[in-house]
Amino acid sequence: MLELNELRFSFGKDAYQFDLSVDTHSTTAIMGKSGSGKSTLLNLIAGFLKPGSGDVQWQQESLLSLPTEQRPITTLFQQHNLFPHLTIHQNLALGINPSLKLDQEQEQQLRQSLDAVGMTGMENQGAISLSGGEQQRVALARCLLRQRPILLMDEPFSALDEATRESMQALTRETIKNNKLCAIIVTHSHHDATALNANTYTLVNGRLDSPT
Amino acid sequence: MQQISRTSRQPPWWLPGSLSVLAIAALAGLPLLALVNEASNIELIDTISDPYNQRVIQFSFYQAILSTLLSVILAIPLAIALSREPRFFGRNLLINLFSLSLVIPTIVAIVGMVSVFGRSGLINQLLQTVGLQSFSIYGLHGILLAHVFFNMPLAARIFLQSLEKIPQEQWRLAVQLGLPSSSRWRFIEWPAIRSQLPGISILIFALCFTSFTIVMTLGGGPRATTIEVAIYQALRFDFDIDTAVTLALIQLILCSLIMIATHSFGAQTAQGISSIKLPHHTYYTSGHYLNGLIIGVAALFLITPLASLFAKAFNPTTFSVITHSKTLSAVINSTVVALCAGALAVAMGIGLQLSARHLRIRLNKDSSGKVMQLLGNVILVIPPVVLGTGLFILLRPFADVFALALVIVIAINSLMALPFVLRILEGPVLQAAQQHDRLIQSLGIHGVIRWRLLDWPLLKKPIGYSMAIASTLAAGDLSAIALFGSERITTLPLLLYQRIGSYRHYEALTTAVILLLLCLALFFILQRVIGGKANA
Repeated sequence: MLELNELRFSFGKDAYQFDLSVDTHSTTAIMGKSGSGKSTLLNLIAGFLKPGSGDVQWQQESLLSLPTEQRPITTLFQQHNLFPHLTIHQNLALGINPSLKLDQEQEQQLRQSLDAVGMTGMENQGAISLSGGEQQRVALARCLLRQRPILLMDEPFSALDEATRESMQALTRETIKNNKLCAIIVTHSHHDATALNANTYTLVNGRLDSPT
Repeated sequence: MQQISRTSRQPPWWLPGSLSVLAIAALAGLPLLALVNEASNIELIDTISDPYNQRVIQFSFYQAILSTLLSVILAIPLAIALSREPRFFGRNLLINLFSLSLVIPTIVAIVGMVSVFGRSGLINQLLQTVGLQSFSIYGLHGILLAHVFFNMPLAARIFLQSLEKIPQEQWRLAVQLGLPSSSRWRFIEWPAIRSQLPGISILIFALCFTSFTIVMTLGGGPRATTIEVAIYQALRFDFDIDTAVTLALIQLILCSLIMIATHSFGAQTAQGISSIKLPHHTYYTSGHYLNGLIIGVAALFLITPLASLFAKAFNPTTFSVITHSKTLSAVINSTVVALCAGALAVAMGIGLQLSARHLRIRLNKDSSGKVMQLLGNVILVIPPVVLGTGLFILLRPFADVFALALVIVIAINSLMALPFVLRILEGPVLQAAQQHDRLIQSLGIHGVIRWRLLDWPLLKKPIGYSMAIASTLAAGDLSAIALFGSERITTLPLLLYQRIGSYRHYEALTTAVILLLLCLALFFILQRVIGGKANA
């Protein structure tokens, strides 16, 4: 279970307090207008921001003392998920070992993750040559490689065109199901929430509404 | 959760910046303290009220104001003509020539100018044939001419960039409304130029106020000496440390004031190194002859000295100059100075920028990051000759400063290049992180791995460029070596200065071309070796 207990954060005159409890294998959508604090919520969970008070707990253990990269969390951003000057292989390998040294088994995992997102055999292409949808697929593959139980997604489909968006939504839904992830997506689109079969919360005035 | 055991033993973010700050403090702070300490033993008022020193201070302002006015006023019609003539053969070449003053050492250009405007140069021969009085390049005239040669193109380039940013819609609107040239100038072109005027004027004023090489070669004597050159003369010829220290302090205060003025007028203009490429179109149908005349005269003014330099470089003395042992040792010394000063400047620049980036992006402290970068501009407040005076006083009790000449010159030159390095690196260093910072954080990439994998591939080109600029500047600088050089230790600029000084005009021409070729070689080879292929 992922729990946020009276997690408070303030920036300027905006103040937030988050209380949330989601199951280990579940998908949750956080809806809200732009500027409502959706990204702030993800940044607090991931550790990019430090809360004023309160706690983030995963399986009854607090995450707050862990640095970002050691939390059981991986994040899919809206865009710029890949380093354009590196190859797909290098971008994926970064998810396993930042020094890019992989053993045989890890190489195998890397190829499987590309298969899983339908990008078989494209390891050696440069990331710069990929379309927006392909970039998100590779980024999703890297999230899988990191083998973290929690997947955070910040508007992952918003930069994609309609046709690409639908196939990416389907792929994401399957991925979450097959890997039994605890997924949280923030989005401004109801379609994203529906497509992922997510429990939906709405963020208003710095607080989360009960599920609808 | 496989990686959780991986502890990160990486250098902390503040380490590179702190090392750079320490280096700057040692290279600039200590000499400054020595200077102030020495000043406490001097009757400052007596030295300041000395009529000669008063005269020098006045002249520094007088020539800088005149140079600025001339450069800016002449640059306006040139920029307008170039913007109204967007297509002609060699336009890009000419505009690129405008920024070549970064690569061409001042003293080399001066040799070229002397060979055109000097006593036996082309211009005076023309004047003589039509029976007019000859023109002397020495004294105020020559100083102004040389300052205009270097700064007018700089101003024209910045004005032109501003003109080319005018939206096409404004021009189309002007055509539809049937606005005559005078109204277009008043409502479209002049506002674009006016916005750049304060920034560019203060920049050129600062450059001319602290100008050393031009005043030293073309000026001199009680009637045409600036503070920078007077400090040099006091230190090297009169052994008058009191005067040197007093003038250095005055220069320090004046430069600080100029620096404050630069910041309050927004020094943004100076950043316009790259030019924007727009499909360019002119909405003017007349005036081509006048534009052509203006551009032609300006091109002749800029190109003739350089062309003359090359034309006269091969002369009866060429062989003996090239094979002279002094030339050879000067080439070696200059190369060593250039590479060491360049590397030091780039190392300090990268250190400052990496830590400043952490402050600005990761810790969200933009202003602290900017203050950190400002430290690298210390040379703008403490000009080379002032810094040299401080180092002289600091080191004199412990060592033979003339034996240490190259080390001291490397230190001064690296600080001189640092503002350029910082300006080149700032954008790319920020860019290499801005879009990906959270991703980098969540993947836990730091320290050496981050540098090797994410920063170096994106930064090697700007680093190569900044190393090229820094080394070229150091190779062509006369100010530091003039203070500390000697018969035993010379560099090419000093050797060239000595050859000009002893009126060996042909030897000077050949030496100037050797120095220019060394600078061009450094400029292109370093960019290629460090930055990789062009367009890779």
